[in-house]
Amino acid sequence: MEFFHNVNIDFLGKKWYFLAFSLIFSVAGVLSMLFWHHIPWGVDFRGGTLVYVRFSHAPDLGAVRADMDRAGLKDPKIQLYGVASNNEVLIDLGLRETSEQALDQGKNKIIGALEKNVPAGKTDLNNGALLTIKNYLMDKDPMHLGTDAEAKYTAQAQAIADFRDKVHGGVLNSLDQLKGAPGVDPAAAASIADGFYLSDFHVQNVAIVGPQVGSQLRTQAGLATLYSLLGMLVYLGFRFEWIYGVAAVITVFHDTLITVGAFSLTNTDISLTVIAAILTLIGYSNNDTIVVFDRIRENIKLMRREKLSEIVNRSINQTLSRTILTAGLTFLTVLALFLFGGEVLRGFSLALVIGILIGTYSSIAIAAPILVAYQDWRIEKGKRPLAMPGKAR
Amino acid sequence: MNKNLLWKIVFILATVLFFFYGIFGIPKSLTMDGLAAAVTDHIHLGLDLKGGTHLILQVHVNDAINVDAQNAIEVLKQQLRNRKIDYADISQPDPQNNPDRIVIKGVQSGARNDLLAIVRDRLPEYDITGGAQDSWNMSMKPSNLTDLRNKAVSQAIETIRNRIDQLGVSEPTIQEHGLGQYQILVQLPGVDDPGRVKDIMQSTAMLEIKQQMGGPFPSEQAALQDKGGVLPADSLLLPGHAMPGAPDEGQAWYLVSRVSAVSGKDLRDAQPSTDQNGQPSVSFTLTGEGGQRFYNFTSSHVGDSLAVVLDNKVQEVANIKEPIRDRGEISGGKMSEQQAKDLSMILRSGALPASISYLNEEVVGASLGADSIRAGVRAAIIGMVAVLVFMLIYYRGAGVNADVALIMNLVILLGFLGWSTIAGVNVALTLPGIAGVILTVGMGVDSNVLIFERIREELRNGKTPPSAVDQGFSHAWITIVDTHVTTIVSAAILFIFGTGPVKGFATTLTFGLLANLFTAVFVSRVIFDWVLTRKQRGDALSI
Repeated sequence: MEFFHNVNIDFLGKKWYFLAFSLIFSVAGVLSMLFWHHIPWGVDFRGGTLVYVRFSHAPDLGAVRADMDRAGLKDPKIQLYGVASNNEVLIDLGLRETSEQALDQGKNKIIGALEKNVPAGKTDLNNGALLTIKNYLMDKDPMHLGTDAEAKYTAQAQAIADFRDKVHGGVLNSLDQLKGAPGVDPAAAASIADGFYLSDFHVQNVAIVGPQVGSQLRTQAGLATLYSLLGMLVYLGFRFEWIYGVAAVITVFHDTLITVGAFSLTNTDISLTVIAAILTLIGYSNNDTIVVFDRIRENIKLMRREKLSEIVNRSINQTLSRTILTAGLTFLTVLALFLFGGEVLRGFSLALVIGILIGTYSSIAIAAPILVAYQDWRIEKGKRPLAMPGKAR
Repeated sequence: MNKNLLWKIVFILATVLFFFYGIFGIPKSLTMDGLAAAVTDHIHLGLDLKGGTHLILQVHVNDAINVDAQNAIEVLKQQLRNRKIDYADISQPDPQNNPDRIVIKGVQSGARNDLLAIVRDRLPEYDITGGAQDSWNMSMKPSNLTDLRNKAVSQAIETIRNRIDQLGVSEPTIQEHGLGQYQILVQLPGVDDPGRVKDIMQSTAMLEIKQQMGGPFPSEQAALQDKGGVLPADSLLLPGHAMPGAPDEGQAWYLVSRVSAVSGKDLRDAQPSTDQNGQPSVSFTLTGEGGQRFYNFTSSHVGDSLAVVLDNKVQEVANIKEPIRDRGEISGGKMSEQQAKDLSMILRSGALPASISYLNEEVVGASLGADSIRAGVRAAIIGMVAVLVFMLIYYRGAGVNADVALIMNLVILLGFLGWSTIAGVNVALTLPGIAGVILTVGMGVDSNVLIFERIREELRNGKTPPSAVDQGFSHAWITIVDTHVTTIVSAAILFIFGTGPVKGFATTLTFGLLANLFTAVFVSRVIFDWVLTRKQRGDALSI
């Protein structure tokens, strides 16, 4: 089986279309970063308090907002999150506080605001910490245990929490459900049903990020990326010619700009995992570019009389089959992640979906034309055309 | 089959076995559950997948420098007094921002050499320079300053580790975070309510036993009035409870000696107990040296009162009835049983060298982690199967090479994670780590495609299968080396300069690419060679 055989497309002849395409997307992204959504940093980078809540029923955002208002939390961002059947809501306090203590209080306020109609003297099992459950059981001692009560009740508490979190996604609907739970002693279940009640929500995830850490993380991720690009430049300069390194770095920069621009245009949060995805796309795009460069280097030795633009075109066409195959297959994996990977991976897989497309496109449409443009410029200035890298093996 | 090829196959099988051991160890049973248990034993998931608490702490290292500077001031005063040199004042002009700076004012003229000798002999970590009008400026040498700060961080890590170990959290991560900002990363898998742990970690638990010199006073003004407007030079005014242990406790102020008889450093042990009123308390024993000092102090102060001070708050005062050698008790202050337990644990773990605060807190619920693993694993399997099937259809016989190489690549990568656990390095699998795995799979597919396309090209140019395979590998090899080395170079740099998530990405990527060089090139080549030895001259290659 073979998809591409003896293709001969004049890619370089279309460079003005490519340039227009790239310009439209990068400029749109940059404009959005500057004037519209800016760079939508996630809570890890911008600081703030983020609470993910799962409800036992379809959540009423208006009611949640009213609860927040009553607790004095002004203007939080409240939105549905993930697939509708999971009943998940994200509450974002943004960064209005500058001290970490205040952020901590923000979290407690959110939880407090959602806790309504608490039966007197009872604790909420859906938001009960392991330690709370264990201490309660230790106190009541429903199983009449002797010496190693602590270890056994710790195991009981763990079994109850696991049943709640791993089997029921964090929210139990009825305390009777505990009776059949694996590893939970009936006496313990009965005692829990006595002292606990069930609220209609479970706090799944809490992120509290101080402003200092956020900006520090931004600088650090930025610097690490910058250094690694520098390393790439040096290695390619050493293996090929410096212009190849420059072309590869410009290409990667182009890809990153368009991807971040896409996040800004769609106003999707850039979290730590999205940064990992962007690093992945840098690696991928770079890999793609080098494959084409390697072929160009090889062909320069074989086709000494041809013009560089001819050689570049030929090299792109020769590797086209491989390019499309690899891109297609990688895209398949990433697409599976985007479609089936769940909400936590959404931003991450979005960056990869965009990144694979742009990374493949850019090696052909950006990296290769830069080489030719540099060559043309040298000839125009009357310099000797690049005899081309003899450094390769 | 030639001997060389046989050895290569043995080597490959041994490698696979080695990494399978990394993943499973020797499983207790071969059922699905037994294998799953073996895998979870060996491959640890990061907090983002497993659930737990993630904290970043800031160590206020200036506290440690302040302590050192105050100590230096005491030494200076004592030495100057011993040599009968007059001075007007010794102080830190800016303890907040430049805690190591000390200014000595109004030193009597002619004492220059003496002063320099004192600093040289007794305070060698300080530089001293002359200032205007008989004043001298001291500051710590930069290398000592760095040492002191780093020591504060490593000591804080040690103390926090002690405390967390006693809380019974399994597999905690406690390490320095970032690049020299004096931060600590604490990860506590399975901890869903960090409130108590945070309090325990943050508690400085500075225990001191001092001589009570006056009080209790209802307010600071009252204390000042009582002493005629000026506190005695060697005393301090500290807050505490009106009547320790009594039910109606209001704020009160105690005048205590500046010098402590013993401090937290002199503790050998601390245990929760109950006091004579049946209330929870903490009893402690002192080290030999500390006990001797305590004995000297109490025997010369029989009839006086001592104050037990915790974090600059008077916990209780007690009359010294007889010399005490090595035992004491902290009671009063309405401790609960849990608080008594926690306090004794904190005291046992030692005091923090500097105060800490929290910069970042993230609690990942176990339910969220479970959801993302389930979805992530499903997506990964769908993606992988699609790729494997496609390679078989597109490259037929050679597709088997690619599939073997890809699967072996994953086995080696997972085995590496497993071996990291066995070796005690504990590289956990995180979401960014999975990103690294995806890129590895992508580049693994790419290596195979590069080689196969090249072999096809050579076949089209009329080469025989053996020479086409040979040419295909040697041409693609150059490209594969270039792509892999560039990516590994950038990954290594990311590992060195990145933090947390970026590091996880770089680790799996680097190792995955190394594994890929082995599987996509070496293993795939061996399979080709094996296939070729079984073919007759002139048979076509299935690719």
